Amino acid sequence: MSRIDDEHGPLMDLGQQERPQVPARARNLSPIVPRASIAGRALVAVVAIMTFLASITTGTVLLVSASAAEWQSDVASEITIQVRPAAGRDLDRDSAAAADAARGQPGIIEVRPFTKDESAKLLEPWLGSGLSLEDLPVPRVIVARVQPGSRLDLAALRNRVTQAAPTASVDDHRAWIERMRSMTGATVFAGVGILALVIIATIISVSFATRGAMAANRPIVEVLHFVGAGDRYIANRFLRHFLRLGLEGGVIGGGVAMLAFGFSESIAGWFSGTPVGDQFAALLGTFSLRPSGYLALAAQTVLIAAITAWASRRTLFATLDDID
Amino acid sequence: MVRFENVGLRYGLGPEILRDLSFVIPAHSFQFLTGPSGAGKTSLLRLLFLSLRPTRGLVNLFGHDVSLLGKEEIAGLRKRIGIVLQDFRLLDHMTTYENVALPFRVLGREESTYRREVIDLLKWVGLGERMDALPPILSGGEKQRAAIARAVISRPHLLLADEPTGNVDPTLGRRLLRLFVELNKSGTAVIIATHDIALMDQYEARRFVLHQGRLHIYE
Repeated sequence: MSRIDDEHGPLMDLGQQERPQVPARARNLSPIVPRASIAGRALVAVVAIMTFLASITTGTVLLVSASAAEWQSDVASEITIQVRPAAGRDLDRDSAAAADAARGQPGIIEVRPFTKDESAKLLEPWLGSGLSLEDLPVPRVIVARVQPGSRLDLAALRNRVTQAAPTASVDDHRAWIERMRSMTGATVFAGVGILALVIIATIISVSFATRGAMAANRPIVEVLHFVGAGDRYIANRFLRHFLRLGLEGGVIGGGVAMLAFGFSESIAGWFSGTPVGDQFAALLGTFSLRPSGYLALAAQTVLIAAITAWASRRTLFATLDDID
Repeated sequence: MVRFENVGLRYGLGPEILRDLSFVIPAHSFQFLTGPSGAGKTSLLRLLFLSLRPTRGLVNLFGHDVSLLGKEEIAGLRKRIGIVLQDFRLLDHMTTYENVALPFRVLGREESTYRREVIDLLKWVGLGERMDALPPILSGGEKQRAAIARAVISRPHLLLADEPTGNVDPTLGRRLLRLFVELNKSGTAVIIATHDIALMDQYEARRFVLHQGRLHIYE
């Protein structure tokens, strides 16, 4: 049995004269690794900035994804039928026939042919007002709403409509939806890429900070080795500092990002009516993040703090291997 | 307790500074280690403390072949060794009391369980009034005493001391020697590296003399 584990009395018998007669008071022990020896503020700032960037990226990706899903469901629930003018055919009659044919198709719940005036209004932004459609070969548009959840037989609809009006074409917006999907996918991909870069930059920053802290505290590490402390014990003394710094930085960065999203609706309101504001509103909808989005940001903050601790631990053990 | 067999040590590609060391240090033994400057006393102490590995030969410590030990096992063995280095190695941000109590903290003991022991030892080595002082304001002799107190506080199985009385007056030197002797009587094997002939003459003990990398033992 090791003597160091034994319960034993004082090493030296000093005699009652020399022994203090009052009980020794409890002492507040200094931390083994002093907090001030670790360049904390710089690391907190780096982690806060990284978490802020990561949160803004994630939040934007979530906004774009949510808006894109909304557009896709809106667009996918509509079918557009175009009836083109052709020589020798009555466009009004063809439009009415195509609309009737569409109404007869199972799965279609509403059919709305655009009138001549409405078609002119659609073209107004490009061609100006006071347009006479008689002078132009402008097709007539019919919008049909599909029953949500039903599978529309597009081939049958196309067949039925072209029988009624040979110059009609049916567009289910598939190409546009595909383009939307690929755009959303690209946004998510870019977001994930930025997140990966932010995480890598965080790991590198934390590793540098840990190495710096270890170099500054090398005498402490050596003394701890002298008194028999193992690497795990020493690493834990440092690790608690880095975990705290990581959490501090994460909470600051994540918190500011959440506030930014929280106030984004008001900020968007300041720009409403301006071309930029309208474009953003069209792209990102209301700008407001759902509760699940905030949860994702909170989870990300914890993740970045955990990554800070992990990177620090990894560097600590690697550095401790070199110090003995 | 300690067995060296044909141990050699060289730094890098340099010449061998310790050659063919073979000796045994039994439990409860007391020995002085002496020799001229540069003879390799500190290197031998570092070999005994496992902070250096021999370039050849066998070192057996507490029944373990040290060449087979991992870092955590070495840390475990070091808990059974106390060391006093020439440069003291006190932690400047900790008080004298905290420096001396450090081995107990590393062992995970509660402060209340060792407080009395640490205070008694600090009084014994004449640092009773300097318990709350930080090392930067201690004199060389006070630092040395604090380093000695830290090395002996956990009553190690083996105590290694490198010039432990180098910075103190003869009276305190004798007092510190008495501390080492008492520690030895309570079961610790002691190795004191010193140039101080007067110190060695005060206590009858085995002498290890290092000369030109070789060890001569005088019983």
